[in-house]
Amino acid sequence: MSGTFTTSAARNIFFGGTVFFALVFLALTFQNERIIPQRDQRAQLAANPGIAVGKRLWETNQCIGCHTLLGEGAYFAPELGNVYKRRGPDFIKAWMKSQPTGTAGRRQMPQFNLTDKELEDIVAFLKYVSEVNTNNWPPNVEG
Amino acid sequence: MKYQSQSVAKIYFIGAMVLFAAQILFGLIMGLQYVIGDFLFPLIPFNVARMVHTNTLIVWLLMGFMGSAYYLVPEETETELYSPKLAIAMFWIFLLAAGLTVVGYLLVPYATLAKMTGNELLPTMGREFLEQPTITKIGIVVVALAFLFNLTMTVLKGRKTAITLVLMLGLWGLAIFFLFSFYNPDNIVRDKFFWWWVVHLWVEGVWELILGAILAFVLIKVTGVDREVIEKWLYVIITLTLVTGIIGTGHHYFWIGTPEYWQWWGSIFSALEPIPFFAMTLFAFNMVNRRRREHPNKVATLWALGTGVMSFLGAGVWGFLHTLSPVNFYTHGTQITAAHGHMAFYGAYVMVVLTMISYSMPLMRNRVANSNFAQVVEMWGFWLMTVSMVFITLFLTAAGILQVWLQRVAATPMSFMDTQLQLSLFYWLREVSGVIFLIGLVAYLWSFFCKGEAARA
Repeated sequence: MSGTFTTSAARNIFFGGTVFFALVFLALTFQNERIIPQRDQRAQLAANPGIAVGKRLWETNQCIGCHTLLGEGAYFAPELGNVYKRRGPDFIKAWMKSQPTGTAGRRQMPQFNLTDKELEDIVAFLKYVSEVNTNNWPPNVEG
Repeated sequence: MKYQSQSVAKIYFIGAMVLFAAQILFGLIMGLQYVIGDFLFPLIPFNVARMVHTNTLIVWLLMGFMGSAYYLVPEETETELYSPKLAIAMFWIFLLAAGLTVVGYLLVPYATLAKMTGNELLPTMGREFLEQPTITKIGIVVVALAFLFNLTMTVLKGRKTAITLVLMLGLWGLAIFFLFSFYNPDNIVRDKFFWWWVVHLWVEGVWELILGAILAFVLIKVTGVDREVIEKWLYVIITLTLVTGIIGTGHHYFWIGTPEYWQWWGSIFSALEPIPFFAMTLFAFNMVNRRRREHPNKVATLWALGTGVMSFLGAGVWGFLHTLSPVNFYTHGTQITAAHGHMAFYGAYVMVVLTMISYSMPLMRNRVANSNFAQVVEMWGFWLMTVSMVFITLFLTAAGILQVWLQRVAATPMSFMDTQLQLSLFYWLREVSGVIFLIGLVAYLWSFFCKGEAARA
């Protein structure tokens, strides 16, 4: 790399290239914002305030520290993006109430002491996430 | 060391090393919990250990970047730092905030920590890597702004070089994209979409600018190759980085509720992301081969070459492995991701910070290079940590392949937990590799205390 290719030419290509591709990315983002209303179940979100409460509970109990949600998070415990479809609402509530199992040597889930209302909200949140259009991910119900 | 104020870097590096040690200890705890599920439960549940493991990593890398910048910028701009006092004050504030946050993670349940810190006023907690209480996040912003102010004022009064320009772009980008951590909509799709504007645009975007600038600086110093040549390489590398990496964000938008077109954009652009890393490898080796001096600090050169190779393997090759959407459909959220994450973070960011520490610490301790003995001990640290990280990555990859097969491909898929039991062997091997990593870390840290006559050219 010598001769006619100067440092200032390299710098200009850097700035030009970065700005151009950043603008393309922004255009894709705007397009994304236009399309996702058909996919992200926002009508459900507006109709049921419990979903937002459930999301907050999801966050403040740091569920993502062990589980994945739509494949993102920790890989220590099962995927929960589709747990509503895999297990159903009653199982989820009963499961959370009965933790930890205390089985020796097995992974343990803490007891979060949620009220019945809070369990309802968590379930509402998980139901909402399970109905987001994820391009058919995960490959099967096991997550 | 040419400027007195460069020495503020030292406490940043020491702080970084302390947090690095904590990160590894908690990593070993988590690794054991993968095979002995109830280990330390309920004292340190897995999610807590993981928060400490990832958050200490992020904070010590930030400290490493800050220390590197404080060392590099005065030398490049040929002027003293605008305010060394501000730099030192910010270090203690940062360390205190990080320390209190970790203590909070360990001592109270996360939900209680959220309540104590007023998360409901501006809920930002509970998202992966961004678990810090909102108040800590605000603290990070304050520290980052003071840091950027200090450096920008230094750059403005001094010589302008390509290396400082690229470094400053990277650091400003780091601060700006962190602001998206305060945006947490109820809509999970938009939450995830913009969460990546922090995470991806950091590690596959602006952090690579910081990485490139630090590597270029150290290579100029240890090889004596013309600045002109090195700066041209730097621009080419970061052009490739951002041209591929910005739209490469799309490889996170395959399965989170975002439209199908991201599968094309994300797959194609992120498939090109290994190119800048390969250029970085060529860069490091080329410059060292064309060296015009024999720098007595051999181990710093080793770290620089190691960064070139390992970042390409970890970020480039292991990233490519699962970045195409038809592949990612099966591998998304499995141990394959964990394998890539480990080698990429180690190979790119851990190693570049250790490169800078290796080069600059002796100078801040009034010698060009450490004694031969200290360098040999540090090289043991280099090889033990690097080779064990290769094995951690290989074992996690094996676990990931098996996991994908049993849980997602097989005719009768197994449940997540049943699959995990089948992976125990690989998790055990990973844990053994982790212990060797720790031994390497101990050797590395010990090298700072090794005496002996300073090495000469």
